[in-house]
Amino acid sequence: MAILTKDEAQAILKKVLSYSKSDECEASLSGSVGGNIRYARNSVSTSGMNEDTSLSVESRFGKRAGVATVNVFDEESLKKVVQRAEEIARLAPENPEYIPFLGPQTYLPANAHFATTANIKPEFRAEVAGKSIELANAKGLTAAGFLEDSSGFSATMNNKGLFNYGQNSGLTFSVTVRTADGTGSGYATRDFSDASKFETAEPSQVAIAKALGSAQAKAIEPGKYTVIMEPAALVANTDASLLGALFNSLSARPADEGRSFLSKKGGGNKLGEKLFDERITVYSDPNNAEIPSLTWDEDGRPREKITWIEKGVVKNLFTTRYWAQKQNIQSIPTPGGFIMLGGTQSVDDMIKSTDRGILVTRLWYIRPVDPQTLLYTGLTRDGTFYIENGKIKHPVKNFRFNESPIIMLNNLEALGKPVRVGGNLVPPMKIRDFTFTSLSDAV
Amino acid sequence: MKRRNFIQLASMGVGGLALSHIPVFGNPISPEVALEPIDVALKKRLADAALNAAKSQGATYADVRIGRYLQQYIFTREKQVQNIVNAESYGVGIRVIANGTWGFAATNNVTEAGLAQAASQAIAIAKANARYQQEPVQLAPVKGIGEVSWRTPIVQNAFEVPVAEKADLLLAANAKALENGASFINTALFQINEQKYFASTEGSYIDQDIHRIWPTFSVSAVDRSTGKFRSREALSAPMGMGYEYLSKPGPKIAGPAGTGLQGYNKYYDILEDAVLAAKQAKAKITAKSVQPGKYDLVLDPNHLGLTIHESVGHPLELDRVLGYEANYAGTSFATLDKWKTKNFKYGSKQVNIFADKTQPGSLGYVAYDDEGVKTKRWDLIKDGVLVNYQAIRDQAHIIGEPESHGCCYADHWSSVQFQRMANISLAPGKTKLSVDDMIKNVDKGIYISGRGSFSIDQQRYNFQFGGTVFYEISKGKIVGMLEDVAYQSNTQEFWNSCAAICDESDYRMFGSFFDGKGQPAQISAVSHGSATTRFNGVNVINTARKI
Repeated sequence: MAILTKDEAQAILKKVLSYSKSDECEASLSGSVGGNIRYARNSVSTSGMNEDTSLSVESRFGKRAGVATVNVFDEESLKKVVQRAEEIARLAPENPEYIPFLGPQTYLPANAHFATTANIKPEFRAEVAGKSIELANAKGLTAAGFLEDSSGFSATMNNKGLFNYGQNSGLTFSVTVRTADGTGSGYATRDFSDASKFETAEPSQVAIAKALGSAQAKAIEPGKYTVIMEPAALVANTDASLLGALFNSLSARPADEGRSFLSKKGGGNKLGEKLFDERITVYSDPNNAEIPSLTWDEDGRPREKITWIEKGVVKNLFTTRYWAQKQNIQSIPTPGGFIMLGGTQSVDDMIKSTDRGILVTRLWYIRPVDPQTLLYTGLTRDGTFYIENGKIKHPVKNFRFNESPIIMLNNLEALGKPVRVGGNLVPPMKIRDFTFTSLSDAV
Repeated sequence: MKRRNFIQLASMGVGGLALSHIPVFGNPISPEVALEPIDVALKKRLADAALNAAKSQGATYADVRIGRYLQQYIFTREKQVQNIVNAESYGVGIRVIANGTWGFAATNNVTEAGLAQAASQAIAIAKANARYQQEPVQLAPVKGIGEVSWRTPIVQNAFEVPVAEKADLLLAANAKALENGASFINTALFQINEQKYFASTEGSYIDQDIHRIWPTFSVSAVDRSTGKFRSREALSAPMGMGYEYLSKPGPKIAGPAGTGLQGYNKYYDILEDAVLAAKQAKAKITAKSVQPGKYDLVLDPNHLGLTIHESVGHPLELDRVLGYEANYAGTSFATLDKWKTKNFKYGSKQVNIFADKTQPGSLGYVAYDDEGVKTKRWDLIKDGVLVNYQAIRDQAHIIGEPESHGCCYADHWSSVQFQRMANISLAPGKTKLSVDDMIKNVDKGIYISGRGSFSIDQQRYNFQFGGTVFYEISKGKIVGMLEDVAYQSNTQEFWNSCAAICDESDYRMFGSFFDGKGQPAQISAVSHGSATTRFNGVNVINTARKI
């Protein structure tokens, strides 16, 4: 039941709309099936499965709106959920930021669903955990990791003629391997839409090599260093990140309201200004083969290929439909993921061309310090190494940093080959004068 | 659709609040549906069916949690209500031990057949995972206590207060802020009711009705001429209370002379705080930028709570110490070998930190935890020395404890329960000391109130904290506001620099409403009590940068 076909979804949605007595009605169906497994101390600790399908109905009378949801689909329940949404709408206050629902839209075809991911079985999850534990055990190391997969669908129809239906899928894996003496720790993370691209042993092998290589780290003075950031240090699957902070800031309303680094002194925003190194280009494409997403956003606006930053110049900002209408600007939806153009160099190539610098595997506990400058703080973690004369010389103790992605992207030395992390495609980067402000004893 | 529907606050224009994701666990309902309780006799019958199904299939232990989770969230900005979320989620989680291994399954099919099927799934998972188990699960003993019930001692159930009345209060706060010079204000009122029924094969049937509330806001001031903007967050605390936290005036504790600040305890005056917030947000724009260096810090409880949370609460969670969180939140510097010396100086002599799940008004206050253990208070740091951790039933034996500490929690019926932080608090000083008297003795210092930026490493050594408002202290007096302040320290060094703690009359609670842990991530709400405390010679950095 969890995953409905296009025809099944359409039939339910049509029925729901036929029960509506409101001025406007929009119904959305979504469902997913997924599972996870977690392990630590070389043992499986928890695993589980979940599936659910849900129908959400939004009814509107004038500028008043109400939402109700149900997860059973017999006729009586469908009628009730529409009635409930209408009752709530009648009691709701008028929304001054009301915008009518969209009418029919034209969407690019979506290619975000993979049967390989949808067909994952509990045995596969157990094997992934088992393999990782076995590899760590063989080297006398301790592994902790987490695999989560899900596949789902979503469909929306309203009485203005809008209809969309799509499926997507995804798998995320992360592993941390530690040495028995607790002085070394390594990390790797991978995420894919198509599970067949996932090589079970590969991330654990990377984490094992990092754990062994990072043991008995030496302390060096904090200060400004040239750093090579691996992609997992720039964006994250689960936590805040430096590039994630930048991407999420590309929003028109806070910029126009004067409370974003994109706000201009005296009023207005910095759209069209060159704020970054000219090698920085960021765009989104729902049909990118590595990070495919649905070709519409939550309110039904079509997602298309769009450039956010081109050669260092801010080209577009996303916005709500209300704000676009109020400001008389283009209505640009939020994307599924961001793609930063890179080069062809590998991390190894970047190390070879570095006289003195730090290789960073992962950044952690990243929190905003000053929204005015997009200054963030956080720490290195799970594999930090000193580079001298083009070679990794030795592991170093972890640092705390205080840095802004805006400053980083102006201090760019080189970009490597982009890889997928957290649903984005980002390259490893070499950056000069990255600000480390203190040392941490953490491993 | 995922079980957790994360409301993207940014997309709703609530980005001014420092919250990126607010979890909503259930389906939208009308407010009155929240007031219809579920029959206890029905829950007992269902629980027995599940326990019997588990036992008959080989479980050596089983527990069942039938949960109904209610949430009402109200969001406003300036002159309008942005969103009202009324959600309910009802279902069952079943945990078993089979072949010496844990298994867990959950279902929203709350019928005898649905529960029996979930019990079978839990058994199957336990058996499948047994081959990766190093040692069989060992549970600290718990005596079955039969049928009991407990409710958060609230005066006024927030769910019974009409939504319009609550929205009007938030809009009134917005008006106050705007009248006093705010450019923007976002307000939110979070209300939670967990109706939890726990039953185990050990003969406990525990029905608990738990309430929590959190009114909060973020005021922004924008100076278009300079392009500068600053925000000032509410100085409320999330509490384990009803609507009386907002509606029933109670005593307040005056902040340091010259600041206008008030310390709120069991009552929060949102209108008064909105006025001050607007004035302070504006003042922050022109406040003096801090000169970096060593300062004596005087930390208000509404700020210090987060430092306690990050630098004491998390590192003393036994699962972190053992490595169960290594892949996500990390491990801990407070290792068992340090604890075993019985002389590990976590802090100075004044530092007494305790865990307590029985403090009235606290977020973690319950009578029994989510594995049926009676809650209690225990010491973690005594006279500066590390004396204990936070452990649950399957961990107690590792630290030689005869029983669990009663700090096991699951954020939802479909989440598996695990060790979560109890309320962790710093005991007030034993000699009489007010905040003004404390400041009198500070030559060069900074007074900090409210939560700000917070970051700590994965073993909880190195941290950096900001705050909401900062005041410079010079020669025993507050001399003006400061900006661009963050302090960096090392946990052990910081707590050993603790020089003085105000007395009990200054003691109040800070709270964390959406504390995250685990994979898949679960949230939890936890309070931290303290009185204003002085730390000597802490490294302060200036966070202003040019872009």
